Amino acid sequence: MTSIRRRLAVWTLVFGGLAFISVLGAPLIGTTPIRLARVFDRSLPFADNVDAQIFFIARLPRALAGALVGATLAASGVVLQALLRNPLATPFTLGVSAGSALGAMLAITFRLHLSMAGVSAVTAASFIGSLGAIGIVYGLARARHQGFSTNVLLLAGVTLNSFFSALILFVQYLADSSEALRTMRWLMGDLDIAGYGPLLASLPLCLVALLAFAWLPRPLNLLSLDTDAAASRGVNVLLVQRVAFFSSSLATGAAVSLGGPIGFIGIIVPHLVRLMVGSDHRIVLPASAFFGAAFLVACDVLARTAMAPVELPVGIITALVGGPFFLWLLVRQR
Amino acid sequence: MWVGVSRPRVALAGRLVALLLSTWVASASMAAAQDTKVAARGLQPPGTPPQRIVSVVPSVTETLFAIGAGPRVIAVSSFDTYPPEVAHLPKVGALFDPDVERILSLRPDLVVVYGSQTDLIAQLGRANIPTYVYRHGSLADITAGIRDLGVRLGLAGEGRRVAATIDGAMGEIRTRLKGGTRPRTLLVIGREPQSLRSINASGGIGFLHDLLELAGGANVFADVKRESLLVSTETILAKAPEVIIELHYSEPPIPEAIARERKAWTALSAVPAVKAGRVYLLYGGELVVPGPRVVVTAQTFARALHPDIMPW
Repeated sequence: MTSIRRRLAVWTLVFGGLAFISVLGAPLIGTTPIRLARVFDRSLPFADNVDAQIFFIARLPRALAGALVGATLAASGVVLQALLRNPLATPFTLGVSAGSALGAMLAITFRLHLSMAGVSAVTAASFIGSLGAIGIVYGLARARHQGFSTNVLLLAGVTLNSFFSALILFVQYLADSSEALRTMRWLMGDLDIAGYGPLLASLPLCLVALLAFAWLPRPLNLLSLDTDAAASRGVNVLLVQRVAFFSSSLATGAAVSLGGPIGFIGIIVPHLVRLMVGSDHRIVLPASAFFGAAFLVACDVLARTAMAPVELPVGIITALVGGPFFLWLLVRQR
Repeated sequence: MWVGVSRPRVALAGRLVALLLSTWVASASMAAAQDTKVAARGLQPPGTPPQRIVSVVPSVTETLFAIGAGPRVIAVSSFDTYPPEVAHLPKVGALFDPDVERILSLRPDLVVVYGSQTDLIAQLGRANIPTYVYRHGSLADITAGIRDLGVRLGLAGEGRRVAATIDGAMGEIRTRLKGGTRPRTLLVIGREPQSLRSINASGGIGFLHDLLELAGGANVFADVKRESLLVSTETILAKAPEVIIELHYSEPPIPEAIARERKAWTALSAVPAVKAGRVYLLYGGELVVPGPRVVVTAQTFARALHPDIMPW
């Protein structure tokens, strides 16, 4: 026990430190030189202080959004891989992101212009879409089963993904060219949220999910091996499965509505972390959350600086960095 | 068929037929290739000017009507709304989904296509239907295109007249603004409603950039050699535009909705344009059509940039 505590402390310090440094360091990096003294100069009114606005409006919300989305997607990936007992599961496997994308596509194509408390119609519609997908998948996994069939969950999720993808294409087809371009742009992921409204809207749900995740590692360790064995060791399998499914799915929905469906984080970060820390979920889960945060923040810095003043969609960077890296991991593991 | 003919002669005759066939196929395919080339280049084979025109490019449709070829237009794209006469014409798809069958069934003698519609161009080429290939370009390309289309349709005089009217109107704007200030301007061509996400701005090439510069604005992204670019809020803060012009491709909504859209910019209060209240939201699909109505766009830009010289 003490050994696991020590390892947890060491890895939390390592990965937590990495996430902390990246969130703190990212707002200092950019194509526009800013002076920190001027950023924090209280004698200048904020409305006139360009350096402060670049720091507090353009860069800091992005870094925080990147950290929240990265942590949520990476941790959700770990939970879903354990729940479905499938190493290829990602936060997007169960159709949540496709539902979310469909909501966003509908809002863009049909020009919904409502917004509340800094949250645009597209963000709200994408979250509603993810809730719809979660409801459908859960309903299917429960139907005709006393408990909660993870096989049905997986198959239903994959099928729903394809179905929603077809609907997304259909909605894109209906859109005129400027809207079609915006839908494509949304699918590539974007963290330039220009303020704290969208962040505050997603934060509560992500925090609740991360808290639920804190309760999950021990039962997930047993569950990822065998549900019967877990039940015989006193694990309330159905409850754990439900908590794992709802917390990871809702968090994914919140993260995707904030930053778009940013790929690869939910699969490469958990695997990379497992390579470094082993497979105990008590360490893998927090370490993945921290590393996911650091990874996405770093990718976003690259997205906004690599081709400046042109902004690169962050989803392209995560896929470009993540894809080859993951393949290298696969080959190396063999 | 070859009964009674000895084997060597069969072989010889066979070879002869094959030779003749191959020559015929080669010459036929060369002719077809030439036809396709002619069509793809947008050159008119000799003969009378086209009388049955299908246009799947809305901006060229406008030009066709402006130069007096409107009565010859028999079908237009699904996105065509101007001039009002197009309302009753058959719609034959658009850039991504041209309805080839419908186009062929209308028996056109000229189809106006966009340069990237290579499949459509090839299909029309196979059917021996001449095409006029169009691509968006600079402001100079618009007037050159109008003159070219006039020549192609036997309306060279009308084409020259329309182009000269545009050149004249542009010259007048230039003269009126001569020697005036050139405010640093951000031209936004798209963003997420009521937020500052996914901001798409005009780069340093294309007719919108040309119109902005002509209307007395200095495009803050003039050095980016692209028609459009995705920009971050940081870049906008750093570029510090004095005027922001934002194009919306719809009819103006209620004033409250316009006010809500303008309010999104208040998040960047350090930007001079926001501070000075010089964020202009311009509504209307005609503003982004690279056709004869570019004069309206140029005048609208000039009024936003220089209200003292060109009042609204």
